[in-house]
Amino acid sequence: MSIGRTYSISLLGLQGAVVEIEADISSNLPAFVLIGLPDTALGEAKDRVRSAATNSGCALPNRKITINLSPAALPKHGSGFDLGIALAAMGAAGMINTVSIDRVLHLGELGLDGRLRPINGILPAVLAAARAGFETVMVPTGNADEAGLVPGIRVVAVASLRDAAIWHGGAFSPEPVEPLLRAAPASLSEHSLDLDEVIGNADAVEALIVAAAGAHHAFFLGPPGAGKTMLAARLPGLLPDLDADASLEVSSIRSLAGLPVGGSLSTRPPFENPHHTATAAALVGGGSGQIRPGAAARASHGVLFLDEAPEFSASVLDALRQPLESGVISIHRANAVAHFPGRFQLVMAANPCPCGQYGARDSSCTCVPNSRRRYLGRLSGPLLDRIDIQFRVQRVTSAGVRASADAPRTTTAAARERVVAARSAAAARLVGTPWSLNSHVPGSWLRGPDGRLPAAVTAAIDRALERGGITMRGYDRILRLAWTVADLDGSARPTAAHIGHALYLRRAISS
Amino acid sequence: MATKDDLGRRGEAIAAAFLTAAGMTVIERNWRCPQGEIDIVAADAGEMVFVEVKTRSSLAFGHPLEAITAAKLARLRRLAAAWCEAHPANHDQIRIDAIAVISPAHGEAEVEHLVRVY
Repeated sequence: MSIGRTYSISLLGLQGAVVEIEADISSNLPAFVLIGLPDTALGEAKDRVRSAATNSGCALPNRKITINLSPAALPKHGSGFDLGIALAAMGAAGMINTVSIDRVLHLGELGLDGRLRPINGILPAVLAAARAGFETVMVPTGNADEAGLVPGIRVVAVASLRDAAIWHGGAFSPEPVEPLLRAAPASLSEHSLDLDEVIGNADAVEALIVAAAGAHHAFFLGPPGAGKTMLAARLPGLLPDLDADASLEVSSIRSLAGLPVGGSLSTRPPFENPHHTATAAALVGGGSGQIRPGAAARASHGVLFLDEAPEFSASVLDALRQPLESGVISIHRANAVAHFPGRFQLVMAANPCPCGQYGARDSSCTCVPNSRRRYLGRLSGPLLDRIDIQFRVQRVTSAGVRASADAPRTTTAAARERVVAARSAAAARLVGTPWSLNSHVPGSWLRGPDGRLPAAVTAAIDRALERGGITMRGYDRILRLAWTVADLDGSARPTAAHIGHALYLRRAISS
Repeated sequence: MATKDDLGRRGEAIAAAFLTAAGMTVIERNWRCPQGEIDIVAADAGEMVFVEVKTRSSLAFGHPLEAITAAKLARLRRLAAAWCEAHPANHDQIRIDAIAVISPAHGEAEVEHLVRVY
């Protein structure tokens, strides 16, 4: 008997490596040997594959079947190799065409009845197959629409191992089975949160629009009931639609995390709000065998909202410093490093003190000064340093409610239009540079020949810098914000008023 | 005597006939010692062959070869050593084979022979 050979994909983070599956049948007592660093779920494939083959009416020979997964040193995990293993063994047994399986990449988990179950991470796996130059990929029917999102590769969806064998030239008569599908996704509730539900707090709404326009990280400080959470939840609605690459990345992460993807790429930015008891592994990703993406990776190209930020443990928050800096989340394990995209927009909300009332106009704080100090001290300096907007939100007064009842309020649609216009103005200005958003522009450009502002405009912050009121880094952040404010205003360069507005957006903690 | 023992004996007879037809010399059948029993001892071109025979009347409870477990093979290996000790001669090459006999109550028996299984 010959060797059966086919291919599958092993995912590490979003990167997929092609794995060659070889099957050999030797004249020995019946056994199924699987070699090449399988994890437990993959090691159990040998029992699934033999039962599935028998129960779908194409039993494997009663001989010793040896399956080798190469490269042998690459750790492999999960049940997605089942289909490839079964077909390689059938190829070795001469039951199907070995040339045919050699050309196709196979993904899918087998049930004991021989039907194929959908697997997680099909989108990044099929993408990797297309990049590796495969022309055809065979997937379970339940993953067909997700696999079909990848351009430039032919997707063959099969419901059972028998169907797969017939496609590869096996002499079996078709036996239609009920395909196994994923539980229908709970209808994705379109973000129905509109900005015009926010009453009063026009300044805070404007701060939110600035954050959206420049992709600035934001920190909202204020007493309970001031509307911090309400504001943050409306930020994704202000962001423009994702471009093709970003939406593919967002959908890939969803697929890897086991979330429903459906038949179309999601073009809206994701929103993640982990609870404050989250661990570092839950936030940035982790896991001992398979490395899974955390909330920060799922929020890539969207918004990561940390409500009650000081309640998070300090080490968890500081785990965000690396992705904030580099836009990539790297998770190191003894045998591998997984990289996930981490270009999210961070929004944090916090009370000013444990009782929450410090600084509120209508009630008084009962905290001792030391606990107040310690409360916000939990947010480390290096983390706050990376956050451009630090805004203090006040409770809405009854006068404010009455005043805003008739006043026109900004709607999400109108705000998004302004954001899109401001972003395209920034992109047009920054054309020819590696950046396209104001928050990514380094200080050297802001103070260099292209971005330098006249001394008269920057006089206020120059003076503050001289007096030691702000640091050089704070100076750059104010300049960045000022550019975004100017872009929203439609003016070509920031004026002194824009600098003043930028200063106002950063005064939460100092006041 | 139980039917299963009859079946086993019939299977061993079929296996012995099969080995003879294949040009091997059957030296001993059902050799017993305190550790157990060897179904067939045969000689094949200078090699001593110890054969485990497993017989079933149908595949309803699985293939006979599936019933030859690692523990059974390990015992056969010990038995082979015991046989060599009991029959001092120059046994410089030995091997262990397995034979599956599927012998339905009515009809032709089917024999599968696996060489050097251990």
